[in-house]
Amino acid sequence: MIRLELLAYLCQRDGNLSQTGEIDHSQLTILARRQLPRRGTPPIRTTLMTDTALQQSFEFKHRNLLSCEELSAPEINFLLDLADDAADRNRKINKKRDVLSGRTLINLFFEASTRTQASFELAAKRLSADVMNMTVSSSSVQKGETLIDTAVTLNAMRPDIIVVRHHAAGAVELLSQKVDCSVINAGDGAHQHPTQALLDALTIRRAKGRISGLTVAICGDILHSRVARSNINVLNALGANVRVIAPSTLLPSAPERFGAEVYTDMWKGITDADVVMMLRLQIERMQGSHIPSTREFFHFFGLDQEKLARAKPDALVMHPGPMNRGVEIASTVADHSRSVIREQVEMGVAVRMAVLEALARNLPQA
Amino acid sequence: MSLIAMNTKTEQSKTSTGKRQVFINARIIDPASGRDEPGGLLVEGTTIADLGPHLRRNAPEGATVIDCQGNILCPGLIDCQVFTGEPGAEHRETLKTASLAAAAGGVTTIVVMPDTSPVIDQVALVDFIQRRARDNAKVHVHTMAAMTRGLAGTEMTEIGLLKRAGAIAFTNGKSTIANTAVMRNVLNYSKDFGALIVHHCEDPHLSNDGAMNSGEVAARLGLPGVSSVAETIVIDRDVRLVELTGGRYHAATISCEASLNVIRAAKTRNLPVTCGVSINHLTLNENDIGPYRTFFKVRPPLRREEDRVAMVRGINNGDIDIIVSSHDPQDADVKRRPFAEAADGAVGLETMLPAALRLYHSGDLSLLTLLRAMTINPAKLLGIGAGRLQKGAVADLIVFDPSEPWVVNKDVLRSRSKNSPFDEARLQGRVLRTMVAGETVYQVP
Repeated sequence: MIRLELLAYLCQRDGNLSQTGEIDHSQLTILARRQLPRRGTPPIRTTLMTDTALQQSFEFKHRNLLSCEELSAPEINFLLDLADDAADRNRKINKKRDVLSGRTLINLFFEASTRTQASFELAAKRLSADVMNMTVSSSSVQKGETLIDTAVTLNAMRPDIIVVRHHAAGAVELLSQKVDCSVINAGDGAHQHPTQALLDALTIRRAKGRISGLTVAICGDILHSRVARSNINVLNALGANVRVIAPSTLLPSAPERFGAEVYTDMWKGITDADVVMMLRLQIERMQGSHIPSTREFFHFFGLDQEKLARAKPDALVMHPGPMNRGVEIASTVADHSRSVIREQVEMGVAVRMAVLEALARNLPQA
Repeated sequence: MSLIAMNTKTEQSKTSTGKRQVFINARIIDPASGRDEPGGLLVEGTTIADLGPHLRRNAPEGATVIDCQGNILCPGLIDCQVFTGEPGAEHRETLKTASLAAAAGGVTTIVVMPDTSPVIDQVALVDFIQRRARDNAKVHVHTMAAMTRGLAGTEMTEIGLLKRAGAIAFTNGKSTIANTAVMRNVLNYSKDFGALIVHHCEDPHLSNDGAMNSGEVAARLGLPGVSSVAETIVIDRDVRLVELTGGRYHAATISCEASLNVIRAAKTRNLPVTCGVSINHLTLNENDIGPYRTFFKVRPPLRREEDRVAMVRGINNGDIDIIVSSHDPQDADVKRRPFAEAADGAVGLETMLPAALRLYHSGDLSLLTLLRAMTINPAKLLGIGAGRLQKGAVADLIVFDPSEPWVVNKDVLRSRSKNSPFDEARLQGRVLRTMVAGETVYQVP
């Protein structure tokens, strides 16, 4: 009973108590778990209700993971909790579980990627799935028709999950309509990159113990960034104050409609931030003259020690990688003790395991 | 500039940095405050210490007295469009000779354009101009930097870093950015730095090969014409882009009524749009070309009389913000050619004020209105403190006689190039003395 009161208190503090006044156990526990320290030994956690029982009682109803826009806060927290466990398990010697045993996963990458593809492959293998990697050179194929043809062909091979990256926004969604299996968006153009946002959220939550109320400054090429769009969705859903910082030429139109404060002056935008998330300057996507030079960009929008000093003293530095050192981030900052860039990579595997596990539960079981 | 003024100068400045000079018996005109009254003005060191009717006859003790003999004392003129040949074409004009011409014309601040060789599109080159000006120029010199690399109209320059280095505004010089996307990006990007974009408006495809304003005169002379539409289309497009991006935009020199209407409409909608007109387009028209006189070949070309009258009206009602000389020195080699092959451009620093006074003498414009467009308005546009008479302001002043008649002789112009359309013109009004930061840099011989 005392425990329940504690949960209710935590809930109220978070402002998330369900409006009917009824206490939804699964949500409560998720909220409570967020208050727990994520680092070091977690003795309190074992005194709470058992993890597995709750996680299984919560229904994650999606067949595909295409966009962060479709995720609610409880769903995100559910995935993060699952990922938290996966992250702990990944630090042990035996990392393998058999939840995807017998399943087939196809990594279908129309755009070159090393870390995301490797991360998905590793995640699937740790869950005992069979993994096939397909890297399709996008320049040589005719877009629309070939994409659908590829989907139909792959579908005939009876995969359970397809992970897709494509250079065109909406391509993954289109492909998902043509297959029977689950589809995970590993990045489509400048649209969405859901697992990146989830791994960023997990990294922040583990380092800070919470996300609600934190000020997160996302800085750099917002216009071309699927990472920024996904992160704005997830962080807003979890109650963070999101800021975007970019020159006007690298902001989408109507940026204020995204639920983020917009800054074109990095010195102002970074002030008192809890998290500074740098984006890769996608020089390869710069059609036209968005910025004059990388030198000027670094001068005004690159993260260096001077600008970082404006953020909170314990601010985290994040970057989805791969970094352009000296373009958007100074080496001294990238390798700084506040930098959690390597943790982000580690959490990437954990989050992808959680996503695979959650989606696999909704696959036909027989 | 103030440093040089204090350090390098003559026997007068032996006393101290607080040297006191007083202008007495002047008609003080200050468009910034609307002041037009008899009075005097006290300069201490490099700044204005006091002014008003009480100084008209009472010189403070110890001050050097400059008797204006009832002539007009007003802020030094600011010219936002001056081409020189430095670096790259010093035979046409250097910063030094341009500044001498400016001083003789009552211009105490010039903004030099980046159309040089090399083009001023890098931080080091802005620095170069500023150093050369500091060491050689008699008047204040500001640099307008290129907004695209090499003025090619494709790649944006480092607007943020250039502005920090001292570039006062950004322009594509004599060429127009034809690529709308580039123009949009420049306006969008410059907005973040509060940078002013100054654009020469002339669609390069429409104006291709045109030598003068298209119309009856061009047809009679058998010269290829440039329609004024080439200008208006670009301004119209740019205004849309300003609306989209919110960038600060200034149409460098408009020349026709239709363009003026576009600007007026933009101002009505409170867009950050301003425009200028060259002295040539206020005082000359296409008929002046007469028998293929290439000194009247300028960009944009001289237009119809109706357009000139519209320009004067635009100054009068404030739709046109500033008057520039569009000083563009060209040597004889490129001017003594068949009209269509001759270079564009006219020198104008020395004749801007007397030519503008034509409009005063004809009763079209008041002195306050005229001077406003050459002092406080350009100062506001550029965001500089010059162009006004007030206590504490830098003492950039001129004394001129508005009615003294004289005939222009191009051979005595101080500019290194002599391509003046006002050669042999009868003008009324002459600068008697020019002071830059408390230092007299020109005095009528």
